[in-house]
Amino acid sequence: MKKIFSYPTSLNKLTTHYCAGCGHGIVHRLISEIVDELNIREKVIAIAPVGCAVIAYNYWNFDVCEAAHGRALAVATGIKRYRPDNIVFTYQGDGDLAAIGTSETIHAANRGENLTVVFINNAVYGMTGGQMAPTTLLGQKTATTPAGRDASLTGYPLKISELLAQLTAVKYIERVALDSPQGVLKTKSAIKQAFRNQVENIGFSLVEVLSPCPTYWQMSAKQSLDWIRDVMSREFPVGRIK
Amino acid sequence: MTGNEAIAEGAVQAGCVFYAGYPITPQNELTAYMAKRMAEVGRIFIQSESELAAINMVLGVSAAGGRVMTSSSSPGISLKQEGISYLAGCQLPCVIVNIMRGGPGLGNIAPSQSDYFQATKGGGHGDYHSIVLAPSSVQEAFDLMFSAFELADRYRNPVIILGDGMLGQMMEPIYCTRKKRTTQNAQRTTQKKWALTGCKARSPNIIRSLFLAEGKLEEINKILQKKYKKIQVQEQSWEGLFLEDAHTVFVAYGTMARIARGLMYGLRKKGMKVGLIRPISLWPFPLKAFCNLPGVRRYIVLEMSYGQMLEDVRLAVERKKSVEFFGRAGGGIPKEEEILKKFFKKKVEL
Repeated sequence: MKKIFSYPTSLNKLTTHYCAGCGHGIVHRLISEIVDELNIREKVIAIAPVGCAVIAYNYWNFDVCEAAHGRALAVATGIKRYRPDNIVFTYQGDGDLAAIGTSETIHAANRGENLTVVFINNAVYGMTGGQMAPTTLLGQKTATTPAGRDASLTGYPLKISELLAQLTAVKYIERVALDSPQGVLKTKSAIKQAFRNQVENIGFSLVEVLSPCPTYWQMSAKQSLDWIRDVMSREFPVGRIK
Repeated sequence: MTGNEAIAEGAVQAGCVFYAGYPITPQNELTAYMAKRMAEVGRIFIQSESELAAINMVLGVSAAGGRVMTSSSSPGISLKQEGISYLAGCQLPCVIVNIMRGGPGLGNIAPSQSDYFQATKGGGHGDYHSIVLAPSSVQEAFDLMFSAFELADRYRNPVIILGDGMLGQMMEPIYCTRKKRTTQNAQRTTQKKWALTGCKARSPNIIRSLFLAEGKLEEINKILQKKYKKIQVQEQSWEGLFLEDAHTVFVAYGTMARIARGLMYGLRKKGMKVGLIRPISLWPFPLKAFCNLPGVRRYIVLEMSYGQMLEDVRLAVERKKSVEFFGRAGGGIPKEEEILKKFFKKKVEL
């Protein structure tokens, strides 16, 4: 008999610290499966963000570097330029990638660094207690927008993927959503493409994942998935952006 | 060669494989030299989008095992403090050059020594120290680059080269042979077992400064403190002149030490027993230089600041000797006459 499904080698057998219904655990596992399938575990160097996934290195069974909040793509640039044969990816949240790290994000993309970026967009700062993120939807209640996000005070949800798509050096951008089993499969296939692009030296590739945060959306796990499908993905349409 | 160029050439020969920098006066010649020279030797140069990005690229290369450097001047170094704290916390080696200019704020572009506290007392958040070396000539700036990279690797710690606008811009002839060591030094990185290289035939390496488990961060801090203690014992360096018979000793570093040296020789010609202590390592501060000098009656600390190294000299002499001070900052370079006027009552003409 042939074994066709097993626990990924790239994922440590641990219980994660993530809340029930959170998307991080799913994406950690997808990345681990992809790293195994592409047979690149011994070449991978990941950059862990500041945010809920700050201790992602506890879960992954490959080399990982910490980065200060927002600086993941600068750190990744250094590693990849110095070790071009390694496969370097960043794993970043919306605050990390699209607020404090906007400059590092845009410039790494504009230089066309041959990197893979997994961008988790859950429209909220999870680690620090559910404050407004750059991607928070209008009207969405957070710790720092108790009456709901008001465009006249805080502007609009930032579509960083669409912004990055304008840059000549950017090769691949896709937005996916963890709103259903089908969504999870599409997420895997998009992230795999972003890794494959790096292996084939194609260049800067980013996958934006709309990911549930039931705790700070104050919803059940099921309601969170529905909200991604019915509300969030209206503001952030899924599909290939570039 | 200018001091800026000498530092850059020294770094290349010491095996620096990656340089990232952002333009700021008065250190631009360093960045420009690296842009040209790193391409010649097939290494990596990046003009980053900010000082923050530069220091974090440095962190990445260091984590991946490469000898790496960035440079800037005072306001830019302030921006790099976040990264320096992380480098110290992660125990990552690197070299950071600060060609100091006048401050605070945007200040001006004239030479200054006002970043002494920032460089020697930590600078960023947390209990840490960078090793700080202060060259006072273009030749020494070149030579110290070798020590800087060696010390960084030996202790897995950031090393700061603290120069000033005068040293950076000044041109002096130097001995600088482009020997084989340029490539040899660049290959040293393979020995770093902790580096991120991909987990082939070993368990994964993790570079981090976050330790959430109870008691773990305290344990890490104790390891750091033990390392700093060792550096303090082993790595003090200074130049002492005429300390055997001196009654008055000037204490000065960098550009200010050149002025102090001139003064000292002038005064000695007049028969006055004057000496000089020139700290080369500012951290660890060369406490040993102040030991066993029973003949010294007064120390005169000279700085292009309003008294920063002064505090370390006071600690070194433990109030047992008189410590006097003269300093100017904000871009003013003190003249010999004004120093003489303040400290020597009899009119001395050199």
